[in-house]
Formats: sequence, structure tokens, C-alpha cells
Amino acid sequence: MFQSLSDRLSGVLDKLTRRGALSEADVGEAMREVRRALLEADVALDVVKEFVEAVKAKAVGQEVVKSVTPGQMVVKIVNDELVRMLGSDAEPVDLHASPPVAILMAGLQGSGKTTTTAKIGYRLKNRDRKKVLMASLDTRRPAAQEQLRVLGEQTQVDTLPIVAGQGPVQIAKRALDAARLGGYDVVLLDTAGRTSIDEELMQEVADIKAATNPHEILLVVDSLTGQDAVNTAKAFDARLAITGTVLTRADGDGRGGAALSMRAVTGKPIKLIGVGEKWDALEDFDPKRIAGRILGMGDIVGLVEKAAQNLDIEKAAKIAEKMKKGVFDLEDLAEQLAQMEKIGGAGGLMSMLPGVGKLKSQINEAGINKDVKRQRAIISSMTPKERRNPKVLDGKRKRRIAAGSGTTPADVNKLLKMHMAMADMMKSMGKKGGLMSRMMGMGGGGPSEAELAKMQQELAALDPKALEQLPADLKDALSGARGGSGLSKGLPGLGGGALPKGLPGLGGGPLLPGLGGPKFPGLPGKKK
Amino acid sequence: MSSPTKPKGLFGRLFGAKDKPAAPEAETHAVDAAAEPAEAAPSGEAIASGEALAETGPAPLEPAQAVDADAPARAAAAGTDSAEQPAPEPKKGWFQRLKDGLSKTSSKLSSGITGLFTKRKLDGATLDDLEDLLIEADLGVETATRITGAISKGRYEKGISADEVRAILASEVKRVLEPVAHPLVVDASRKPHVILVVGVNGSGKTTTIGKMAAKFASEGHKVMLAAGDTFRAAAIDQLKVWGERTGAPVIARAVGSDASGLAFDALRAATEAGTDVLLLDTAGRLQNKQALMEELEKVVRVLKKIDPSAPHSVLLVLDATTGQNAMSQVEVFARMAGVTGLVMTKLDGTARGGILVAISAKHKLPVHAIGVGEGIDDLQPFDAGEFAKAIAAG
Repeated sequence: MFQSLSDRLSGVLDKLTRRGALSEADVGEAMREVRRALLEADVALDVVKEFVEAVKAKAVGQEVVKSVTPGQMVVKIVNDELVRMLGSDAEPVDLHASPPVAILMAGLQGSGKTTTTAKIGYRLKNRDRKKVLMASLDTRRPAAQEQLRVLGEQTQVDTLPIVAGQGPVQIAKRALDAARLGGYDVVLLDTAGRTSIDEELMQEVADIKAATNPHEILLVVDSLTGQDAVNTAKAFDARLAITGTVLTRADGDGRGGAALSMRAVTGKPIKLIGVGEKWDALEDFDPKRIAGRILGMGDIVGLVEKAAQNLDIEKAAKIAEKMKKGVFDLEDLAEQLAQMEKIGGAGGLMSMLPGVGKLKSQINEAGINKDVKRQRAIISSMTPKERRNPKVLDGKRKRRIAAGSGTTPADVNKLLKMHMAMADMMKSMGKKGGLMSRMMGMGGGGPSEAELAKMQQELAALDPKALEQLPADLKDALSGARGGSGLSKGLPGLGGGALPKGLPGLGGGPLLPGLGGPKFPGLPGKKK
Repeated sequence: MSSPTKPKGLFGRLFGAKDKPAAPEAETHAVDAAAEPAEAAPSGEAIASGEALAETGPAPLEPAQAVDADAPARAAAAGTDSAEQPAPEPKKGWFQRLKDGLSKTSSKLSSGITGLFTKRKLDGATLDDLEDLLIEADLGVETATRITGAISKGRYEKGISADEVRAILASEVKRVLEPVAHPLVVDASRKPHVILVVGVNGSGKTTTIGKMAAKFASEGHKVMLAAGDTFRAAAIDQLKVWGERTGAPVIARAVGSDASGLAFDALRAATEAGTDVLLLDTAGRLQNKQALMEELEKVVRVLKKIDPSAPHSVLLVLDATTGQNAMSQVEVFARMAGVTGLVMTKLDGTARGGILVAISAKHKLPVHAIGVGEGIDDLQPFDAGEFAKAIAAG
């Protein structure tokens, strides 16, 4: 869809020689790409300009350490600044007031107010054990009040009985009265959708505010919103002095630049995001995740961390040793499959890439995870001799293995083909430079144990942020692979020895300057 | 370490084995100067200049019909029905309303343009500023760059007045939009003409159906509605209210029932009743939800069991406030549901709907109508010249 920012930046910045510090000219050129990436993510233009200036100021003069490309440096700075602007800490909905605490929901038509109201009601009731009353003040859209009533039934949150012919302010007052009498903790007031220039309706919601004195006024905004987000935010904030925003449809494939716009224009925190059609699909806002998404970079940090936690360095060393001899047998493949299962299988891996989360369920449906289990079963059904030397497998043996593993000979053949492709890849990998070859021992005699341990330390010392360009490659690779390609095309950024593009800094060692960020928590310093 | 990479190689393998459709992703980079004037022949629709539009414009959804006569009635209705019009002039034409809706955009645009170009040379900085203005109208970076490029052609470093820029801007936008401005025509040979309405959540599908039903009914067509949004609470009730308003029967089932089954029933009922137009509502769905998109595919498939040519029109309803994601919506819905035309809603707000220009440049799907309010008659045919003019003229 969009070229990721890191791809672009590497195009711009890779030609720079590794000078001591980023010059103003370097940064200026990079910022054009940053600007474009943000605009394509629907961040409002004014906000983009401000943001770019802020980043520029920070970036100029930054030291570029030799292990990191200038592009990575800039991405890191951009990312940090984004997170900072989005608000570093999640601010939950505040209920610290004398009950019943009124929460007013406002927004444009179709932004998702009513659904969000029900989700908040559900969350407060089930998670926070509050007694919640919901009331729809939407007397305009046909059946809007009915909709909230039905949602109340579905979520088992009480709703105010509908009285025909009442105006919004009347209903709001009635809701508060009912809440007082009924001993409710929270009253959620869902208002009619309106355009921000609809004076009459804006007045109406202002009247509702005056009549109910809500403790929270939440503006519900569709995360697919374009440049108009600023107008909406300004208009509603000017009129209602909102206390926060809720981003809906964050489970879409939009880049969510509206989040940054809203935050920048109103200065009010984004309190919640809607991530699905289920009642509990409402999450606290996580600036890091949204920042990664706006920049077109997934949550690779979690991915790498998790992988690092679970993978066993000893086994890796053993396999490297074997590969040195040019052997990659089915036992090694079984090991790989086992490790893959450990990190949650393909589904678990995918779910950590935002925007790809939905793919996960499809993968589960498609039974890819089951495939891993099945493939392991096939290998388990082989004799040690067969595992070490697959060449001996003839039709008869395959039939026996298929029967033993509850699969078909075709499945066995598929596995063998996959193994062969992998073995080929392993062999060819050594020709290219980079971490992979060092790890695999193909490049220069193989890593000693000491080398392995050292590399591990380097990995541990590396800030996860530096790895953030991975997802673009990953995503591309995945979509490509789903098209039915084989291994070679599967994950180009990773498998084919093209690693330097993804992780150029890995081998070097020193920390990025000023990036005292989190280390890989899961990586033990030394295992051997 | 070595291990994380190797399993990943495996993933590629595993995924490769499965024929999963690629994640819906739009390719925006191809927004180029594809909309050539060669295709700009507007289908028999008079693109009237300026004031004449009040007469020619309203060929709402059915061009053969001169609907102008009901304009005052419409305005009156708007007075009561959609009170959200800020002090509507008694006989405000739709162009005026569109202009009102777009005014925030275009006044900003044009005041920006005026500020930019009064006695100025068309230099790089000026063009950058112009590009910014277009980006703020949601045209997207590619399209904005292209239009800016077209404006600079042959005029670079020359003095240029604001009016000139405005005219060029309008003509550039119009050039892109003109080929796609086609009203929706009810095919009288179809009994019924099946119109499937699709879109993401909250884009305004049900409301658009209500307005379309009113329009078709007023033109003498026998209309039937099918409450195919069996997911959203009260969507069925909402459509029933529209049915009452427009006098159209509504085929509905219980909430949560199968949408394609309902579509089947509705088409059969409509065929038996000799209905002219069957408007089929669907639940809103984000285009990246594969399962939901497949459900939509199924609706189409089921309709074809009764009438292989159905659905005759598949309308994608786009929210004007949507940004660049609208591109991806068009792409995926077109692929999965065979979208034949677009309706853009919520142009009565501050949203600019400029993405429509980018979409038209790339996909060339007909734009049938625009929504400019919540009233029953706030659905208007899309007119490229006027849209472009409203953007450029302010």
C-alpha cells in the first residue's frame, strides 16, 4: 500500500557517508520523506509541518554511530517524537467524581458513538464493576435510541427507558435523575451525530453539557478520518471542551494519522481505541503502537523480544555446526518447527504486527498452525536413519510414515520438498555477508561458542527500536508468500541473505546514542 | 541469532503453501495522469456552467427526469426535516448547498489561493503552498502533486492571478471527475433492478438507501427495500422507518440472521411483486476483514442464483471525512463485491471529499450521487463541473 517510511529514508539517506553528525541538509532531505509518509497516513498538514520542524530540530547535529545508518537514526528520532506527541502514558477514563458520574459522548455521524458507548458500558460494568446506565439522546436518526436499547440488552448494561417525544436535554436530565434514584455509578450519554458546522446541533450538545455537567466528554473519531480530523477536533473542543478522544475502527487498515492530528490540535489525551466488533474490543490507547502504524512500521519490538526469549542459543549453535558441514537434515527441520511453535506459531507471530492481526484468525482458520504440528508428526514418524538421510525415502516408506502420522503421502512429499528448499537456502546463504552467515558458520569457518555468546550480547545490547524496519519487509514478504510462492520468495528480507538491509546495525555492537531504551528483557546475557 | 530467521524462512514456506488472498492493500502510487481528456466525454449529462446548474444539475439518479420542479418542495422539506441546515435559504439549490458544504474547504482553498497568487510569480515555493492546500482537501500527495504540476506547466516563473489559478484548478479537478459523473439509471428492463449497497461501518449506507428509495418512488418506480444489515442493532428498524417514510415495503428478518438468505428472499419477493427497484442494504464492514468480505461475496453469489445478472448495481458508499483509506476501500470492495459505482456522503460538513479526485483518477468508477444532509432529499446527483467549481471557486 504505502511504501514504508524506513524504505524511503534508506533511499534518501543511505547514500550519505557515515559522517560524524547529521547535517541540516541531510535531515532536510529526509524530512521531505517523513512529511510525505505522515500525509499519506492522514496526519493533518499543519500538524505535519509542526512535527517535521520539531524532529528537524532534534535530528540536526545528532551523532550517527557507525553501526547505525543515518536512516535508522532518523526513523528512531521520528518514532520517539511521535510517541511523545501522542502522549506517553495511557490515560484511562476518569471516574473520580461523586456518582452518578456522567460521561458525554459526541462526534460526527457514523463515527461509532453508539457502539463505543455500549463498549464503554460493557467495560465499566464487567471490568470495573460499576453500575452503569446508558441513555441515547439521539432523537434524529431513525431507530438510534432503539439501537442503544438493543446494545444494552446484548451487553447486559441497563438503558434508560425510551419515552417518545422527549428532546435530548429532557432525556439527559431524566437519565441523571434515574441514575441518582437507581444508585448508578456511571451514566453514559450518547448524543446524535452531527457535523461540526451544524450550529443548531452543536448548540444542542452544548445545552446537554450545561444541563448534565459531565465529568468526561469524549469525542469519538473514526481513525480512518482524513485531513478533516482537525476541523472536527477544533470545533468540538471549542464548543464542549472535550476531556479526551476515542479512536474507533483502529482494526481497519487505515494508518490512523487522525490520532496525531486530534492529539496535536486539542492537546487532549486519546483515552481508548476501538479494535473490533466485539464488546470487549476496546483497548487503552498505546502511543507506541499507533506511532509504529503511522510510520508504517509494525510492532516488531514485541516480535523480536518474544522470539529472542524463546529461541535456544545452544540449538542454534548445533545447527550452525551441522550447516558448516553442509548438512541440514530433517531432525534440524523438526527442531525449527518446534521453535516456531514456541513463539506462538505463525499466528502468534503475525498477531504482533499491527494491522496484520486480522490475518491471524485467517491463518488459524486456514490451519497453518495445524500444519506445523502435522509436519512435526511426519518427522516423528520417521526412523532416525530416514531423518538423517531423506534420500532413502521411497514410496513404501512414505506410505508407512503417512500412516504413522495420520497424514497422506502427499503431505510427506510436501514436507520433503520444503526441507529441500530450506537446505538449499541454507547452503546458498553463506555466500552473502551479514549476521546470518556468521551465525550459520557458512561464511568463515563458523562461529565459535565465544563468538556466539558475543553476538548474543550484542543483540541484547541493541535497542529494539533499531529493528523496527523489519515489519515492512516482513509484511511484504508475507503478502508475497501468500500468493503461493515458495521459500525463496517467502521472506526475502530475512531468508535470502538480504539481511543487511533489515538489520544492518546488528553486527556492530554499540548502542544508539541517547537511546537508553529497553533492552531485550528475555535475552539472558550468557547461556553457554 | 540464527534460529529466529530460519523459522521465518519457514513461515514464508508455510504461507506460500496456502492460497490466502493478499491483505487488502491499496496501491496509491499509481495515481497518475491517467484520467485523460479523451475519456472525458460526459455521458449525455449537461455540465452546465454556473447558475444554469439549478436547472440542469438535478437529474437525480435518473437522468431522464427533470426533477427541478420539486426543488422548492425539497427546500421546504429540508426546513422541517433536516434542521441542521444553518438557516437554509428558501430555494437553495443543491449546488448552493454543496457549496455551503464545501465552502469551508473551498473558501480556505480559494482565500489561500488568493493570498498566494495575487501579483505573484509562480515559483517553487508558491507551488508548494498550492500543493499543501490541495493536500488539506484530502486529494492526497500524489494527486496534489500532479495537479500542481499541471498548473505550473508553461506558467512557471510567470505572473499569474488568483482567478487564473482558480480556473486552472477547477479545470484540472473537473478533467479528472468528469468522466465518472454518471447518475444511476434504473434499468426498466430489469424487474427488479437490484441495487446492492455496501461500505464500511458508519459511512451512511442505510440513510443513502432511504434517500434513494424516496427518489425512485417519487419518479414513479415501485421500490422495495431489503434490510440486509442483520448485524447492527436497530439497522433493520432504521430501514423500516425509511420504508414508512417512502412507502416502500421492507423485507426483513430477525437480527443476526443470515444476510445472504435474506437477500435471496428479498429478490424473490421483489420479483414476484413486480418491483422495479430492489435496494439491498448490507452490514457495514471494514474492507480488511476477510471473513466479512467473503460474506459479501456470498450475498452476490446468492443473488445470482435467482437472477444471473444481479446485482445490477453495486454502490459503494464513501464517507467524505475519510482520508487516504478510501482508496483501499474502493479497491477491496471492487474486487470482492464488484462495485459498479460510488456515492459520497457527508459532504455537508467540513469534510472535503478530495479523495474522490484521487479515486476517480485511478479507478474511474462512476460517481452516482453525493449526500449533503440527513433530509430525505439530501441526496444529489454528482456533477463534476460543479464539484470542481465548488472546490476551486469558494
